[in-house]
Order: sequence, then structure tokens, then C-alpha cells
Amino acid sequence: MSAITLKIVDVHKSFGSSKIINGLNLEVLKGERHAVIGPNGAGKSTMFNLISGFYPVSSGYIELNGQLISNLAPHLINRQGLSRSFQVTNIFPKMTVFENIRCALLWPMGYRHSFWHMVGKMKKVNAKAEQILERIRLADRKDIPAGLLAYAEQRALEIGITIAGDAQVILLDEPTAGMSQSETAHAVELIRTVTEGKTLLVVEHDMSVVFGLADRISVLVYGQMVATDTPDKIRQNAQVQEAYLGKEID
Amino acid sequence: MPILIRRYGIWAAAMVLCGVLPLIFKSSFSISLLSQMGIAIIFALSYNMLLGHGGMLSFGHAVYLGLGGFLAMHALNRIGGGTLPLPLELLPLVGGMAGVLAGAVFGWLSTDRAGTTFALISLGIGELIAASALMLPSFFGGEEGIAGNRMVKMTLTGFKFGKSIEVYYLIACWMLISVALMYLLTKTPLGRVANAVRDNPERAAFIGYNPRSVRTIQFTLAAFFAGLAGGLFAINYEIITAETVGANPSGSVLMMTYIGGVGHFFGPILGAVLVTFMQQSLAGITHAWLLYFGLLFVIMVLWAPNGLAGLIMIHEPVWKAGLLKRLLPAYLAILVPTLVMFTGVMILVEINYHLSLSINPDEPLTLFGIAFNAKSPIAWALAIVLIAVGFYFFRRMGRWVNQSWNEVTQLMKGDR
Repeated sequence: MSAITLKIVDVHKSFGSSKIINGLNLEVLKGERHAVIGPNGAGKSTMFNLISGFYPVSSGYIELNGQLISNLAPHLINRQGLSRSFQVTNIFPKMTVFENIRCALLWPMGYRHSFWHMVGKMKKVNAKAEQILERIRLADRKDIPAGLLAYAEQRALEIGITIAGDAQVILLDEPTAGMSQSETAHAVELIRTVTEGKTLLVVEHDMSVVFGLADRISVLVYGQMVATDTPDKIRQNAQVQEAYLGKEID
Repeated sequence: MPILIRRYGIWAAAMVLCGVLPLIFKSSFSISLLSQMGIAIIFALSYNMLLGHGGMLSFGHAVYLGLGGFLAMHALNRIGGGTLPLPLELLPLVGGMAGVLAGAVFGWLSTDRAGTTFALISLGIGELIAASALMLPSFFGGEEGIAGNRMVKMTLTGFKFGKSIEVYYLIACWMLISVALMYLLTKTPLGRVANAVRDNPERAAFIGYNPRSVRTIQFTLAAFFAGLAGGLFAINYEIITAETVGANPSGSVLMMTYIGGVGHFFGPILGAVLVTFMQQSLAGITHAWLLYFGLLFVIMVLWAPNGLAGLIMIHEPVWKAGLLKRLLPAYLAILVPTLVMFTGVMILVEINYHLSLSINPDEPLTLFGIAFNAKSPIAWALAIVLIAVGFYFFRRMGRWVNQSWNEVTQLMKGDR
């Protein structure tokens, strides 16, 4: 039995009078690829925002490697080795593609707020940025402002920024949303390679992606997990079919 | 050797230019103008560390110029009195330290959010300091401010700083050092992360950075250079008043930076030079100079939001492709109706200023060496005709400019 990397215990989240998350429990194991599925409005993105510190929890708690992280600021959670991507592309649009990746490397590689190092002379950082650009296949686009990239390229950059700092826990929010079939296939391949040896939690609507990528799947309905299991068993689960799969996969 | 020239050539040229300029423009007016330009360049570049590089629109940056100036002035008086052993050449650093202290405190208070929140807090802090300037006369000297004498015994260079040319060279040295440091700052991790926080503070938090800390550090460093400019201001004028921390210089540095262009490092330098020149020379020619200045600012915001630097830089690829000469005829052609239109506007403005401000409006008004009665309908009619005709041909020539641009872009695409 592997260790639990990410643990969500009885978390509630309300916005005003509307309860979005109602007693959420989830255990993500070290090194697994874990997918979360669920109908629209089930609270998947809210769950990501709670884990990554974007929202405070109303009650309950979240632990990362045994450390309490709920209600910490996003940058503090990130420094503990958790990195996330966004459903809506969230990059640094006026900066070049290369600079987007390099900025994501600065804190993890120890340069922090330095104003006494020259970025041009930081050989290790620059080499690593180049290497990541190769992996996300944007090496030939590196000097273009990121805002001018095509949509699929921006999604790849989004993943690049997320994985650049070598975070051990990666959260991806609908990484293939809005992509064509061939782009999706490429993105899944990319996710598979860049999350090798890491813990992945992914929210995804595309069932072929989910069942192709995940070691385990959790189903979120109305702010609660109704099932967590291997892909095969999730497919056969009557409760899941009723709540979700039956409507989506005809 | 060519690499050295490419890398350091522009810096060497700037040094030579700073050294030679006062030898060409020798009048005391020119020397004083050049000194003010030097101070304005530091101030505007430091402002752009906030606006252009950090995405912080400040309405109160003069606070740090002013506080730097006041502290430097107190220090200067101590140097003169023999109680502070500091050579005059290093006095601007006292101003810089005042900027750092004030910048760290007010920066932390105001940088939790950028955007409107930051802008309003900066405005509030500006008003706060301007108000306390009158409440704390021991530090700010009340209405008449604080004066000092820069001719102290302690200097490093042997200059006595009695002549304004010596002060100019001191300002030029600090200006070159500050410009170089602020340029290098854009090449450091902090400089790059400040860009990231400007572009997308939310995302910056998810790559490990606290946007507020990044902004605070950037703000503090910007305040250092503003305070240093304030120290030079104190040496240059030998007097500093509460107006220096007020809304006027805060607004003027915003306009300098914006007119020059926030998107390129050298933009604020152009803006500082142009606006200082306008402030000093136009003010002597016409009472309406602020109106012309406002007009320029509005035109830049509307049609050239990337400033002078932006206008120059969109021509860089055209110039490299050797196609600039294809744009020139249209540019020259549009210049004529622009000048005609501006002449019309100017006649109207000057007539109205003359009618409302001069002691006897019936006295003749002189424009371009022609004296006429401001109440004469002929002058009004001429102005309106000039504007109308200028506008008509401006539109027509504008189409030619657009057409030339399209041709040039087509040609450049064909090259690739």
C-alpha cells in the first residue's frame, strides 16, 4: 500500500447560501494518476481551488504529505511541492514563451527575489527551460510573446509552466478542453511523460482521456465523492452510471 | 570587437553625449535644462519600474522624490555645519535611503492588490504626505520649504559645485549609473518575476511567488531611485518645498513615462527629455503651454498608447527590411495638414488666452511676428478655415499613410 500524498477530509465549501462542496473526502496515493470526473457544476474546479489555496475551506481540512495545507496562501502551498494548471488558459501573455517557463523555474531553483543575479548567466536554469520547451514541443516558438500562441500551444505551455518546477504533486484542470482529437492525443502523451514518477490529480471531461490515463478514478456529484475505484470497476458501478456515465456515454 | 561595440556601444555613446552636450549648449538656461532632464530621466525610469515593469499605476510617486529631497537637504545642512562627514557627491544616496525606508513601508501597505486598489492607495498616500508636509514644519519647513548651500568643504572630486556646470556633471554621472542599474534590474530574477506578476498575479502565486512581496520589493527599489533623484533635486535647486511631494510632480512623471512609452526600457527617457523641454521652453513662450501639453497627452493616449518608444519600435522591422523610404513620402505629406490644423488650433487658443488673461484685450496680439486685434473676426475665421482645411487633408493623407503601411507589410511578408 503506497503512502497517501494528498488527503481531503470532510471538506465543506459554501459561497453565501449555496453549498458547492458537501463533506468531500479523497485520498490520492503517492505516484498514482488519479482522475476526477463528474457532471457540470459538481464542484470539480472548486475542489482544485480549495486544494491549491485559491479559496479557503469553510470546514474540514486538507493535508499534503501529512502537512496541513488548507487555508494557506497559494504560493506557500506551491512551495511545498504542489503545482496546478487552469481550465482557462492562465499564462503570462506579454512575456515570451521562454520567459514563461524560466519564471516558473526561478523559485524552485533557489533564485527567489534575487536582484543580484543576471538571468542570462543562470546556465542551469536556462538549460532546464530549453529542455522543458523541447518536451512540450515549443522550442521553435520560444521567442514569441505567449499571448500570440495558438490555443493548443498555449495549453501545452500551461502544462509546461505547471510541471517546470518539478513539483511532486500535479493538478491538471481539464488539460484537453477545447482541443481537436489529434491535439488531445498529443496532449495525453505529453501528460503521461511529464508526470512520470509524480502524483497526478486530473479533472477531465473527455472519457477516453480519463480511462486511458488514470490509475484510479473518483466520481464527484453535488460536492461529494460517490465512488473511488479502478477504471474497470468505475465503468461497472451502477451508482456511477446512474449519476453520470449513463448520460454522457451513450 | 564588434560584440563589444554592440553590447557597450550605446552606453559609451550615452557617456560621450552627456559629456559633450554642455559644451555645445553653453547658456545657463541650457545647463539648467540639461540638469533637470537628468533628474527627470531617473525619476521617470523609476516610475516605469512600477507602471511598465510591475503593472502598478501610481498617482503618488513624487512622495519618494520629495522625501528623498527633504532628507538630503537636512543632511546637506549638517554637512555644511560640520556635523555629518559625507562628501557632497554621495548625498543623493541619502535621498535614496529615504526612498527605500518610505517605499518599504508604503509599498507593503499598498501592494496587496494592483489595479484600482493600488492606484487609489497611492493617491491617498500622496495626499497624506502632502498634508503632513504643512503640519510638520520642522521637517518640511512649512510654506517656504527648506534651503541649503551645496558649496560645502567636503567633496571627493575637488569640484566646489558653485558653478551649475559642475552640478550638471554630478547629475549626469548619477543619471548614467541609475539608468545602467535600472536596466540591469530588468535582467534579474526579480525584474522578470515583476513582469510575471504584472501579467498575471494569480498565476505567479502558483509558481511560488507571493505577488505582494514581489511588488513590495520592486516598489522599494523604485522608491530608492526616486529618492536618489530627489537628492539630486536638492543639490540642483538648493531649496525644496512641500510642492515636491505633491500631486503635480506625481502627475507629471506619469505623463512623462506614458508619453515616452511604458513598454520599452528607453521610453521614459524620451518622455522625460521631451516633457522637461516642453515645461521649460514652452512655459517661457506661452501661458497656454499646459493646454498644449494636455493635448499632446490625450493624443498619445488615444492614438499612440505605446508612446514615442512604441512609435519608433514599430518602424524597426521596416527599417531593417530597408523599406522606410517607402513610408517617408506619406509621412511628409501628412505632416503638412497636421501643422496647418495645429496652427489653427493654436491661433484659437492664443486668442482666447489673450482675451481672458491680458490686462487690455484690445492691445494687439502677436503671433508668428504678425500683430492683430484678438477680437477681429478675420483671425477667428482664418483659424477655423485652417482647422477645417487641415482636417480634410489630414484625413486624405491619413488614407495614404495607411496604404503605404499596408504595402510595406505586404512586402515584408513576401520577404519571409
